[in-house]
Amino acid sequence: MAMKTLPKEKRYETLSYLPPLTDQQIALQIQYMLDQGYIPAVEFEKDPKPTDHHWTMWKLPLFSANNPQDVLNEVRECRQEYADSYIRVVGFDNIKQCQTVSFIVYKPGVSRF
Amino acid sequence: MVQTKKGFEAGVKDYRLTYYTPDYTPKDTDLLACFRMTPQPGVPPEEAGAAVAAESSTGTWTTVWTDGLTDLDRYKGRCYDLEAVPGEDNQYFCFVAYPLDLFEEGSVTNILTSIVGNVFGFKALRALRLEDIRFPVALIKTFEGPPHGITVERDKLNKYGRPLLGCTIKPKLGLSAKNYGRAVYEVLRGGLDFTKDDENINSQPFMRWRDRFLFVQEAIEKSQAETNEIKGHYLNVTAPTVEQMMERAEFAKEIGTPIIMHDFLTGGFTANTTLSKWCRRNGVLLHIHRAMHAVIDRQRNHGIHFRVLAKCLRLSGGDHLHSGTVVGKLEGERGITMGFVDLMREDYVEEDRSRGIFFTQDYASLPGTMPVASGGIHVWHMPALVEIFGDDSCLQFGGGTLGHPWGNAPGATANRVALEACVQARNEGRNLAREGNDVIREACRWSPELAVACELWKEIKFEFEAMDTI
Repeated sequence: MAMKTLPKEKRYETLSYLPPLTDQQIALQIQYMLDQGYIPAVEFEKDPKPTDHHWTMWKLPLFSANNPQDVLNEVRECRQEYADSYIRVVGFDNIKQCQTVSFIVYKPGVSRF
Repeated sequence: MVQTKKGFEAGVKDYRLTYYTPDYTPKDTDLLACFRMTPQPGVPPEEAGAAVAAESSTGTWTTVWTDGLTDLDRYKGRCYDLEAVPGEDNQYFCFVAYPLDLFEEGSVTNILTSIVGNVFGFKALRALRLEDIRFPVALIKTFEGPPHGITVERDKLNKYGRPLLGCTIKPKLGLSAKNYGRAVYEVLRGGLDFTKDDENINSQPFMRWRDRFLFVQEAIEKSQAETNEIKGHYLNVTAPTVEQMMERAEFAKEIGTPIIMHDFLTGGFTANTTLSKWCRRNGVLLHIHRAMHAVIDRQRNHGIHFRVLAKCLRLSGGDHLHSGTVVGKLEGERGITMGFVDLMREDYVEEDRSRGIFFTQDYASLPGTMPVASGGIHVWHMPALVEIFGDDSCLQFGGGTLGHPWGNAPGATANRVALEACVQARNEGRNLAREGNDVIREACRWSPELAVACELWKEIKFEFEAMDTI
């Protein structure tokens, strides 16, 4: 394969080096999170900087979510209302008392892959 | 109350009369140690064990009159158990309990000076190895431990649900500061989280520390702006004197770098603890290298096992510590390595002889240290590493990044893609031990950077089933 220079591209942390996830792939990631007992939540931000630790929270964490569809519905709703924002799904572990998961589920731009 | 005592009788008394106490039940506040002891031929194990307890606590070779002015029962170490080591001739596990008051609060230096001091040169022993220590909670609570710990580091870095990725810049010696900065920039922009100073880079004529720090910081800021992810480089502040070490750390903080690095064994525990406390006060992460560890921990019969050094480092303070990679080593080592990895990062670790853990250790909420797996690993090792180490680890690919045919940035991307493909697959319920190579091959279809890396380096066989049988 001929040598290529790596293009400059903005990334959004975990799973952002993969091709954009399909809803089915996102559902599997959420299922894993629920299986671990984590509490899912949805966050969005229009122009996130790397040091933005806090994105805006969509509603409240989904304490009563028990299947991926509950979370996907919220992602879809969030995407409709904030179509120009990046959206990520995060997970909280209330036993270890910390955030344990964060992955990008929607980018308004187009990815290289 | 003053006890009635006999008069002073000068002379040499068998240690075992005072220090071998098989009926003793250790207290929760005792520091416990397990030594692998090889007595000289003809020395009974009880006498050798008692000698270890004595020489590492209150004893000396002859009776002294000032013994009569203290309460030995309150201060003496006690050999409370001896076990013949299975399969070895004349070798014993010797268990010693030390009263809490023997140690200064918050001092790893003092603990080690006491229990691995003169006793290791003791004539009655052929060899001695400290296998494990149980720190009592009462003593743990006098330490601050890692400046931040794993969860705070993740929050600071904004990185969740995956291992972190690093790369040591090579060649380890001889690059100019500017060329070094370029190598750092290319790696970070390709998708790794960290780059690292090699341990023997301090401040040599070809690259003085201040120049390196500035070019590296520029590389961090540029790659961070371009990738939109937080980046760091372990700036090595290990120095000839503590004053110089602190000067380098202060400068690193001044230019806004997120993480610095120290060699805890060559630098020493006192320097390390000082630096760790400074890092906590100043919000700088601390990466710990372990040069010289093999001198101390490699011999099976003599020295100190790495799990003890790792526990000591966690008390002294460090957010990262090198742990070895497991991959490619002998099967039995997986359990042992993961034993001390747990001792680095978990809050409560149960006794488990099969993993070399002789004592249950309760860290009482002391922050955890992130294990760093570094050395000789490449993209094909990724499934095994994710499977073995889990998310709370830092995987470091030096040659495995810089050796990519297209250079540092594509090399970094190859590793990041491989990592994320493995994390995705694991979370989807796929078995990385069995399907790891398939997962990597699938990602090669859409990532040319990974495809090129996979052609260069050889696929490995990850015999997960066999490794589980230790």
